Amino acid sequence: MSTAARHGTLFDGVRRFGVTSLFFVRLLAACVPALARPRLIVAQIFNAGGRSLIIIMLSGLFTGMVIGLLGQDVLQRFGAETALGTLAALGLLKELGPVLTSLLFAGRAGTALTSEIGLMRATDQLTAMEVMAVDPMSYVAAPRFLGGLIAMPLLAAIFSVIGLYGAQLVGVQLLGIDRGVYWSQMQSSVGLHDVTEGIVKSLVFGAVVSLIAVNEGYHAEPTAEGVGLATTRTVVASSVLTLLFDYMLTAVFL
Amino acid sequence: MRATRSLEIGTGLFVILGLAALFFLTTQLPSGGIKLSFGTTPGYDVTAEFDNIGDLKVGAPVRMAGVRIGDVTGIGLDNQSYRADVHLHIYPQFSEIPQDSYASIETEGLLGGQYVGISPGGLTTYLKNGSQILQTQSAIVLESLINKFFANFSSGSSSNGGATGNSGNGKTPNQGQKPQEPHP
Repeated sequence: MSTAARHGTLFDGVRRFGVTSLFFVRLLAACVPALARPRLIVAQIFNAGGRSLIIIMLSGLFTGMVIGLLGQDVLQRFGAETALGTLAALGLLKELGPVLTSLLFAGRAGTALTSEIGLMRATDQLTAMEVMAVDPMSYVAAPRFLGGLIAMPLLAAIFSVIGLYGAQLVGVQLLGIDRGVYWSQMQSSVGLHDVTEGIVKSLVFGAVVSLIAVNEGYHAEPTAEGVGLATTRTVVASSVLTLLFDYMLTAVFL
Repeated sequence: MRATRSLEIGTGLFVILGLAALFFLTTQLPSGGIKLSFGTTPGYDVTAEFDNIGDLKVGAPVRMAGVRIGDVTGIGLDNQSYRADVHLHIYPQFSEIPQDSYASIETEGLLGGQYVGISPGGLTTYLKNGSQILQTQSAIVLESLINKFFANFSSGSSSNGGATGNSGNGKTPNQGQKPQEPHP
């Protein structure tokens, strides 16, 4: 332990990475028996998605409104205010929708998952399940992972649609861009592959955030402090990884 | 039991909302998608034929003196004359537009989209549902304008650079559809 303490941070980071990867494989294997209990998954879709709905819708509305203001300000310097629809649609669909939804999702649903599973660990509920021959991986971890995975693309799509109407609210109603131009410019410049890119991104982010949240909770130190630390790590790790994966996916789709 | 019921209803609402949003994004946004029309708005429809509509799109505004009076509802190609057939929907409050009005395709700003501009004529009979605007001016295509300019500039003699087929076919009463020749 003394040598490990000397190279502590590096070894710790590598070990944590390995633990997460192994956990991911075990989680995928546990997803198959978890599918036999759809009720658990439905409950987790509600936990992850339904309860994040209000914050996602509000954030989407305000993000769209900001795009409307900023787009108007920047585009009118080039005399291209009519391109606002293109800017709002591509910006929301490809980047802002998936990324902001993922960050909010990590803060709203990811932390709840981590602290819930962490407290189960701290109060020995997971051990009790093992004693009762109930696999906690397929009974606790996998439904939460699947719930997050299913909820994320839906949340991102809702975010984008509300954002488009937010941008329309500011650009058309307040700043006087023509409504027909706003939508027709958008429709002529957005392709199906742009929508696909957003969906793929939100699926990947959903998998990343859910995996980290479940993993941190599952391996949290069974103390009050340990659960708190695990929750913090969930937010930090999933936010950074979301942005990292966003760069890579954008490069892939370019 | 009540708790599971409300949970199921909540999940159902969330999933339906999410799928509706996905449906909207995949069908309404891309240019190839299915367009749902949200009923017809009151007003009347007129048509106009142009030699070249440039970058005009369905949904673009129709303006008179800069004020929006309608929108473009359809763009097609006339198989006999090979001209663009543009359908315009005019709002009901603008019911007194002279029949000999003049439609042209203009550009908003430097990079903006294109719209149909209507200049009033002098007749006291008005456009009504189904009537056609006979006098039209095509979009000015910047490239052909530049081509003409250079053709004129280099040869100095040929009056028409031959870069465009923009000079009308004589049958239709078009006026001023030839872009003005730039003077080098």
